[in-house]
Amino acid sequence: MTYDITIDGKNYRLDLNRAEGRWSCRLDGREVEVDAVLARPDVLSVRIGNKAYEVKYERVAGDMYLWVGSARFAAEVRDPRSLRGRARAVEDHGPKKLTAPMPGKIVRVLVSQGDEVEAGSGVLVVEAMKMQNEIKSPKKGTIQKILVSEGAAVNAGDVLAIVE
Amino acid sequence: MFKKILIANRGEIAVRIIRACHEMGIAAVAVYSDVDRASLHVRKADEAYPIGAPAASESYLNIQKILDVAARSRADAIHPGYGFLSENAKFAKACADAGVKFIGPTPAAMDAMGSKTRARQAMERAGVPFVPGTLRGLESFEQAEQVAARIGYPVMLKAAAGGGGKGMRLVHAPEELKSLLEAARSEAERSFGDSEVYIERAIVNPRHIEMQVLADEHGNTVYLGERECSLQRRHQKVLEEAPSPIVDADMRRKMGEVAVRVAQAAGYTNAGTVEFLVDQQKNFYFLEMNTRLQVEHPVTELVTGLDLVHLQIRIAAGERLPFTQDEVQIRGHAIECRIYAEDPDNNYFPSPGKITLLLAPSGPGIRRDSGMYEGWTVPMDYDPLLDKLIGYGTDRDQAIGRLTRALNEYFVAGIKANISLFRRILSDPDFRAAKMDTGFLDRLLKQKRSESPADPKAVEVGVIAAGIFAVLGSAAAGAGERPGANDAASSNPRAASNWKIAAHKEAMR
Repeated sequence: MTYDITIDGKNYRLDLNRAEGRWSCRLDGREVEVDAVLARPDVLSVRIGNKAYEVKYERVAGDMYLWVGSARFAAEVRDPRSLRGRARAVEDHGPKKLTAPMPGKIVRVLVSQGDEVEAGSGVLVVEAMKMQNEIKSPKKGTIQKILVSEGAAVNAGDVLAIVE
Repeated sequence: MFKKILIANRGEIAVRIIRACHEMGIAAVAVYSDVDRASLHVRKADEAYPIGAPAASESYLNIQKILDVAARSRADAIHPGYGFLSENAKFAKACADAGVKFIGPTPAAMDAMGSKTRARQAMERAGVPFVPGTLRGLESFEQAEQVAARIGYPVMLKAAAGGGGKGMRLVHAPEELKSLLEAARSEAERSFGDSEVYIERAIVNPRHIEMQVLADEHGNTVYLGERECSLQRRHQKVLEEAPSPIVDADMRRKMGEVAVRVAQAAGYTNAGTVEFLVDQQKNFYFLEMNTRLQVEHPVTELVTGLDLVHLQIRIAAGERLPFTQDEVQIRGHAIECRIYAEDPDNNYFPSPGKITLLLAPSGPGIRRDSGMYEGWTVPMDYDPLLDKLIGYGTDRDQAIGRLTRALNEYFVAGIKANISLFRRILSDPDFRAAKMDTGFLDRLLKQKRSESPADPKAVEVGVIAAGIFAVLGSAAAGAGERPGANDAASSNPRAASNWKIAAHKEAMR
């Protein structure tokens, strides 16, 4: 198998093959001696040469994160032969959605539709687990829409407001 | 001795009390709200009863429902844990009226301590040292102005019925007083249903040190040494240790004797904690008494070798304290980290959700009091404390070394936990040197973390592991979401995976 892998914003080409329980591995064309055991789901014990590592796999909303020791890396794996693995375009312009970072209750809406906001200014307050947290605007702009009202229960990922 | 104890709580503390019951041959009864059916305390209990909706007022704070369960289960005693009804004198009284023993102090002692201003009057008579300020709640803004001018700025406004930092305001200058007084009053009203606020001199950069006391129902009261609780965020404790690095035997004896006087002045029984503020000259001032088992009680247990929950139960059953003050010895050093479901990279936002992977540390000198397990969904309705990780060593350095090692073994996925915060604290030079005060954590969190470039070796390991996980596909997936729906062979992540995983393990050897 050949993969294009992006970690920490850099791209790598990885050729991986497994035969008779042994891995052979080329990283950007360079041969690497690898031995791996799946210790349990999401936990890989990896030896590279004689160095031992424990790697943990964390999924957050469909994204892949790998922990090597206490370092966490966002990882993207693409199969170059497959169309579906294309990197998503990053939207820098246009409307931005403010989403709920956790399930909770809207305790306050701090702005009204049409208000001008600065990047980092508070838009709504969400309460969960006895804590109130301000949801801040990701950019300078105008509040195009507020989709929730005070007292509403929201789930993680729900769109709360849109800043244009 | 009791035959059956109802635990009117949830989370790690309910589990901890259930364990003590079982160690003593006592049956344990759990109660749970609708979102806690799958919680660990229900799994560990001998009997479990639903008590209603997730909102605490409908369940864990509902006195009638809890007493109904006590009657149905024929429990002879109720342990309230901490939080919820633990410091509610009405509840303690209702238990007594219902003929079930409340494991804690009497309603009268709780009432005396529950209101900070009344506690203060009783304590002053007993010769307990106080921070200069008002004895009573403030009657007017003018009175606040006069008192503040007399004791000197900065001053602290505090809710009489308060706790946990609610209704507290630091006032630096006279012109801020009016608006902050109003804010403190309205927050006190909202939080406690009582707007009474008092004022005292603010001690700059104090330490927060508290003394554990234990009193039986036969007039014997002892102190079990202090805990240093200066590491706080938003007035909530984050890390505690025992003993305090600045308290020597002489200071311990003085603080302990004051704490015993405080307890005796209130006719206190069972376990309690007397909190002190300590200034830079090591003068200590009485802050308040907490009439419950504290979250951080394990550090005292580790350095004294005593089990506070066992002792609470024995005292409530009418036994005498089985030791004297002279027999209490402090040995070694213990540090507790409060592991919260919150995101250290996103301003400590709470992070409820499903725990998809949990690798818990163990080994020498490590104790974990936990209320979570892999596959459990952390509800959003309660305090985000998941677990307490406690390190013990013969001295402070060894305790720090063991905790650091354990934190490096510790891994939680699916939700965010504040594990990295403790790595930061434990490696901080000022913490290592025990130079701390209640402002320590705010200062530490303000420091920009140096973005050290990723270790290229670790990146290489990450790249290779990402590829291997991709080859293994869904069989390598744990309890969480599928690794992108497109490569999932089955729609149920649990079904079919066990034998597949075993097969893959074989294949990889």
